[in-house]
Amino acid sequence: MADLLTVSGLSLKTADKLLVEDLSFSIGQGERFGLIGESGSGKSLTSFAILGLLPASIRPTGSITLGGEQIVGASERRLSSLRGDAVACVFQEPLTALDPLMPLGRQIAGPVRRRLKREGIDSSRAAVKREVRVLMEQVRLPDPQRLFDAYPHEVSGGQRQRVAIAMALACQPRLLIADEPTTALDVTTQAEIVQLINALVADLGISLLFISHDLAVVGQVAERVMVMRNGRPVEIGTAQQVLTKPHDDYTRNLVAAARRFDAALEGGA
Amino acid sequence: MLAYMIRRLVILLLSLFLAAIVLFVLLRLLPGDPANALVGVGATPEQIAAAQAQLGSDQPLAAQFVKYLRDIVQLDLGNSFVSRASVLDEISRRLSVTLPLTLASFVLALLIAVPFGILAAVKSDRWYGLLLSVVSQVGIAVPVFWLGILLVYEFSLNLRWLPSGGFPLRGYADPARAVQSMILPVLTISIVMSASLMRYVRAATLEVLGSDFLRTARALGESHTGALMRHGIRNGAVPVISVLGIELSTAFLGAVVVEQVFSLPGMGSMLLLGIQQRDYPSIQGVLIVSTLLVLMTGFLADLLQRVLDPRLRQGGKQ
Amino acid sequence: MSTASTAFPRRSKRINITFWLGLVLVGGISLAGILSLFWTPYALSDMAGGRLEAPNASHWAGTDRLGRDMFTQLMIGARIALIVGCGAVGIGAAIGVTTGLLAAFATRFLDDALAAFMDILIAFPTLLVAMLVVAAREESSLGTAILALGIGVSPIIARITRILTKQVLGQDYIIAARVSGTSWGAIVFWHILPNIVPFLAVNLALQFGLAVMAEASLSYLGLGAPPPNASWGHMLHEAQGTVYTAPWGAILPGLALFALVIGINLLADGLRDRFDPSRRDM
Repeated sequence: MADLLTVSGLSLKTADKLLVEDLSFSIGQGERFGLIGESGSGKSLTSFAILGLLPASIRPTGSITLGGEQIVGASERRLSSLRGDAVACVFQEPLTALDPLMPLGRQIAGPVRRRLKREGIDSSRAAVKREVRVLMEQVRLPDPQRLFDAYPHEVSGGQRQRVAIAMALACQPRLLIADEPTTALDVTTQAEIVQLINALVADLGISLLFISHDLAVVGQVAERVMVMRNGRPVEIGTAQQVLTKPHDDYTRNLVAAARRFDAALEGGA
Repeated sequence: MLAYMIRRLVILLLSLFLAAIVLFVLLRLLPGDPANALVGVGATPEQIAAAQAQLGSDQPLAAQFVKYLRDIVQLDLGNSFVSRASVLDEISRRLSVTLPLTLASFVLALLIAVPFGILAAVKSDRWYGLLLSVVSQVGIAVPVFWLGILLVYEFSLNLRWLPSGGFPLRGYADPARAVQSMILPVLTISIVMSASLMRYVRAATLEVLGSDFLRTARALGESHTGALMRHGIRNGAVPVISVLGIELSTAFLGAVVVEQVFSLPGMGSMLLLGIQQRDYPSIQGVLIVSTLLVLMTGFLADLLQRVLDPRLRQGGKQ
Repeated sequence: MSTASTAFPRRSKRINITFWLGLVLVGGISLAGILSLFWTPYALSDMAGGRLEAPNASHWAGTDRLGRDMFTQLMIGARIALIVGCGAVGIGAAIGVTTGLLAAFATRFLDDALAAFMDILIAFPTLLVAMLVVAAREESSLGTAILALGIGVSPIIARITRILTKQVLGQDYIIAARVSGTSWGAIVFWHILPNIVPFLAVNLALQFGLAVMAEASLSYLGLGAPPPNASWGHMLHEAQGTVYTAPWGAILPGLALFALVIGINLLADGLRDRFDPSRRDM
């Protein structure tokens, strides 16, 4: 079967700077793919390119196909119908990623209503509300009755991120992009969110593009990973191979550093 | 919300009280005894003493202050020294010119500023978006009375389309002429005001355009326009509303000056006349009512902002 | 992509252009004002020309209804505007910065009280109060107007000083300085002032423009100082009656005022961009 997402020869540049150079990878149906890199390595820009949401000042060249559709150079109309349908995204900072002035229930209802309309099913107020409740349960939000009418600033960071995940799932996308979804959270909550994403992706058979600087987190999620540095791909392979027997010097350093850090933590404990 | 309203109401009352003190002090600082102004030049000492007794200015300051506060609370603003007419009646007659002038200018300014401010932000990469922000930048530096004079020169004196000033004696009983004489003053204030409003609208829109939640909405399939409508308007409105109170007050003060350009019989010309004629009750009355209006506007703007922004509501409870 | 996303702030060359344009406008007017101390084309009260002459070779800006040279008046008006702006901002800053610092360092209660007091004063219709203060003197003088406007702008300056100081006070390096036993005076002088001065300067420039504009309004209303201290507002007041026969008489003083205010605003914008590029659009 053809891959769901194929990125080949992707470069991103502004008027005077090359941000991402000659990036190629693909994600199969139901596959969980990890993109690793330190901040500024171009991994988030890559996810924006896949969503077709690059700022106007950045020009993409090369090719990105999602479910057989070319994204580079596609019209905004085409892109906006792909977003939500083929691909959805969870971002790093759930506080700013949610509308501060809208109750959580209504925020989840937005993508729900769009999907119901797209599929031509009953999109009445009651139907949307029912679906929102199901989603809130699916992402294990406690006390949905209260949270439905709560505002983002009234709930915890982990709960906000669950809402963001619910919104992404509401689209029933074929590819879920999770862009540093755990970075803004504390360690315990991180683990819960990673578990949740893992479980949902597996249950629903969605492909996952998981972006993080944290090797340990990516290792828990991804089957295959790619390491990026300064906008260039450094190494690609199965998670097992890259994270335990890296070929590239940079990756080796990353892995060694992560190990030392873990060892220090354990030694200190 | 209720706790906040009470707190805000207390602040409003405190502000009014403070304003009353400031005005009381300022008016006592005016040179000469108001009694002199009441009886005129060449009055005998007996006449002055009688006038002082009538005005209460022979009383100790504390007693004067208590009487002054009581009068304000009872909305008794006294009688003009010059016309002997009730100051409150005169003010309400004058407000029938100044308030419509202020409100019409404010509404027109909003009608100009909101669409153009949004356009300037959304199309900030196009030449016309840039032009709009340059125009608003330039517009805030235009002296309002100067613009008024230029408009009179062009539309009244050169083109002879509109009256250069004045207001029909019969007021709104002569609606066509009343409206005609309001057109240029309203344009004058609203042009200058829309420039400064446009800057706020543009900034608020840019803020929304760069926000993460707009990106989220679009990443989940909402169209750019749809996302702006659903999330942008409310989020953009909050910071703009916070300046609307100040802008409305500015429009009111602008009206005071612009009335002079167009010789409109409003609050501004009443104050000016009062100052020229040393008509203390009129001066005091205009300042009290103006301060009241300005402070009330701020109060309403604050409440409106609370209604729109749940984060502020929560802050108010603490 | 046709739809612009502005997630990434762009810095353009436009910043420098606005800054230099502002400098040229303010600099030119300042030079004219300073020059008027030593030289003007005619004496101020010299009825050297015919009445309401249009701009010509001997009267570059024409003459007023008494035949006095308008260019001379414009130059003196520039001087008055600068004196008003500097004077009002100076007084405003002296009161405002002191109060603001005091509030930021004060106990919680005093700080709250001062902050509330500032908010109330800011809501005050400054122009109206200034009208009254100016009118309180039998003879309107420039000094009274400057004092009134200086007091008028001080609460805004106080509020900004307070906010800026509180931001700096929360920084780690201040806490470090305090822990290491640096005295409060030294902290204010070495750490706080250098950090707030750039932002304060931007705001003071904006207040300068407001003060000049407010004085012009007062003078236009006939409440300003009489010649030889007459401002552009006074010239407009005089010229309005003859605007049909002599439009330049009303156009030029307004244009001068407009140029000074916009020049100051551009300078302030340029300064702000230097210090804080992220706030470019506010």
